[in-house]
Amino acid sequence: MLLKKLTEAMGPSGFEDEIRNVIREEVTPYVDKHYTDVLGTLICEKGVNKNGPRVMLDAHMDEVGLMIVHVEENGLLRFRPLGGIDPRVLVSKPVQIGPQKRFGVIGAKPIHLQSPEERTKPLSLKQLYIDIGAKDKDDALSAVKLGDVAMFTTKYEEIGDHCAKAKSFDDRVGCAVLVETLKAQFDLPLYGAFTVQEEIGLRGAGPVAYRLQPDIAIALEGTVCFDVADAPGHGQSTIMGKGPALTVHDGQTIANRRFLEFMMSVAEKYSIPYQLRRVKGGSNDYGAIHKVREGIIGGGISVPVRYIHAPTQLISLDDYQNTIRLVSAILTELAKGGFTA
Amino acid sequence: MTRQNHKDTLIDLLESHGGPGFEQAVAEKCVTAFNEYTEDVQIDKLGNVIALVRGEGDGPRPKILLSAHMDEIALVVTKIDKGGFLRVWQAGGFDPRTLVGQEVVVHGKQPLLGIVGSKPPHLTSPEERSKAAPLEDLFIDVAMSEERVRELVNVGDRITLHRETMDLLNNRISGKALDDRTSIAVILECLRLLKPMRHVADVYAVATVQEEVGVRGATTAGYGVNPDIGIGIDVTFADMPGQDADVSFKIGKGPAIAFGPNIHPKVFQGLRDAAVEHHIPYQLELSQGPTGTDARAFQITREGIASGLVGIAIRYMHCSVETGSYDDIIDCGRLLAHYITTVDAKTVEGLTCY
Repeated sequence: MLLKKLTEAMGPSGFEDEIRNVIREEVTPYVDKHYTDVLGTLICEKGVNKNGPRVMLDAHMDEVGLMIVHVEENGLLRFRPLGGIDPRVLVSKPVQIGPQKRFGVIGAKPIHLQSPEERTKPLSLKQLYIDIGAKDKDDALSAVKLGDVAMFTTKYEEIGDHCAKAKSFDDRVGCAVLVETLKAQFDLPLYGAFTVQEEIGLRGAGPVAYRLQPDIAIALEGTVCFDVADAPGHGQSTIMGKGPALTVHDGQTIANRRFLEFMMSVAEKYSIPYQLRRVKGGSNDYGAIHKVREGIIGGGISVPVRYIHAPTQLISLDDYQNTIRLVSAILTELAKGGFTA
Repeated sequence: MTRQNHKDTLIDLLESHGGPGFEQAVAEKCVTAFNEYTEDVQIDKLGNVIALVRGEGDGPRPKILLSAHMDEIALVVTKIDKGGFLRVWQAGGFDPRTLVGQEVVVHGKQPLLGIVGSKPPHLTSPEERSKAAPLEDLFIDVAMSEERVRELVNVGDRITLHRETMDLLNNRISGKALDDRTSIAVILECLRLLKPMRHVADVYAVATVQEEVGVRGATTAGYGVNPDIGIGIDVTFADMPGQDADVSFKIGKGPAIAFGPNIHPKVFQGLRDAAVEHHIPYQLELSQGPTGTDARAFQITREGIASGLVGIAIRYMHCSVETGSYDDIIDCGRLLAHYITTVDAKTVEGLTCY
């Protein structure tokens, strides 16, 4: 099960080794060639000598995680986030640390010993520790190293009505869409870039876009979705189950209007549901890609992810399938000359 | 079958679901576990599981009750909100800050996996980040349409934490419901160690209900069994930065033996003597009034019951990652087994002599 394999693999920003190996193994039978660049991005080539626009599809492999930065005398570990994590989601969660994936837990002072005021304030990073069961500092350092990174432990499972929960749907769902796309055949030169370090500032996407100089680039993402109880309509961004979300305007990008309208027209032609991503906050790799060299035309297509950047994230599997369909339709239309870059 | 220990039993108990008033699934597992030591297992009207392991001899035998509560803290559905999101209240004390982003099981017409919602950092203002949501503001997402949720979930349905148990270093484990199912493991370890030992006292091993909402099961179990000595087994607080020294016990340094007005001085003495004599590490827990454990109920049941209290120290109590040491569980079981062997008719006579 691709989504399970991809979401359960480890790969905080800058430490994408495991997820890269998993993806490499998945794509090898389907691509002509793959290689890694100096930052660690995995680049796949398929039919690059074909005629037609050279298309780069991007999905970032990295996930938000934690880095162990200090060990207290009592053996508890201090950590800092890699990427944007609200410390409030860390309390009462397990993590797995380092290449051995050793379990650790982030606990909190028992409610019995708290004052009522304490409960109204969130626990800050300074009040949180990872407990690996060590007796003291030396015991802890025999099991983990400073600089080890940690990930959430959430298992992939289908829940509710055709939905799934896992860690790191941001952006392993985009990686899964890209893997599935690379398995299919298109009549154009296709590059798949599984990038690194998106979560700490879109670091990996620029260099690979610079290298490949595509005519068109599309970032495949898992994006913000907050269509839940009490959320005002204008803050929802996307609605789960309403199809892939196309970026209009986010923290890093103002969509190329012509390409956006092309994507919308393809969705309509193929009767694939879609929606527009409706908040300014957040961004994706296309934010870095569109400014590379003289500029690159393209856009962003995202699967809505509830509780993004939290340990347990939620997607609609219909949205996932429809995103694969939409990407495939866009490539088919691009191969037919439906859009001139 | 000779067992090494009951760690596998404990993990099975921890991953079972049962909050105050709906402990049946856990109770069934307790019955099976107690059956390894006795055929005589009964369930009383409130749902307490009561197992009797008889002592030696024909005469009237002292009765010792060992209790561990099997309920865990739980949530209750109070409203199905627009979009099918569930609003909740609690049965037992949650820190709502520990629930954000937590996976739960909603016990509707069928068990449903749910997620306690959290707002993405991308949409959260710095001001919002400085606040912790109260329980009323949290919601549970079961990833279904409102219509389907209404078919499967009713107001009043119970919700428990979803967490697989994890192995940490030094034979420590972490998960949900260590409060107080580790104490059921303590009882099982006690019975396992007691088996080859000689004891005159009848031992009533009891898994109680509804402790988390006010030691209710212990009240009827204490009345029904009417023991000479009632020992509550419950977890206590392990050390954590920022916690007071007298409520900060060490994990891995043996069980805590409680002392104070809720505890019969001679029961305390007997437990401590057993620890010293058998070189069992222990820690002293001082209490200044009725404790928040089953011992609270036993002390004032019927004419009064001589009560004792022991337990292991765990970190992060009432979270989904409660953490304790299996070594402590075995030590606590050893302590109780050795104490039980010292109790005879004379001990019981002494309990009313001040």
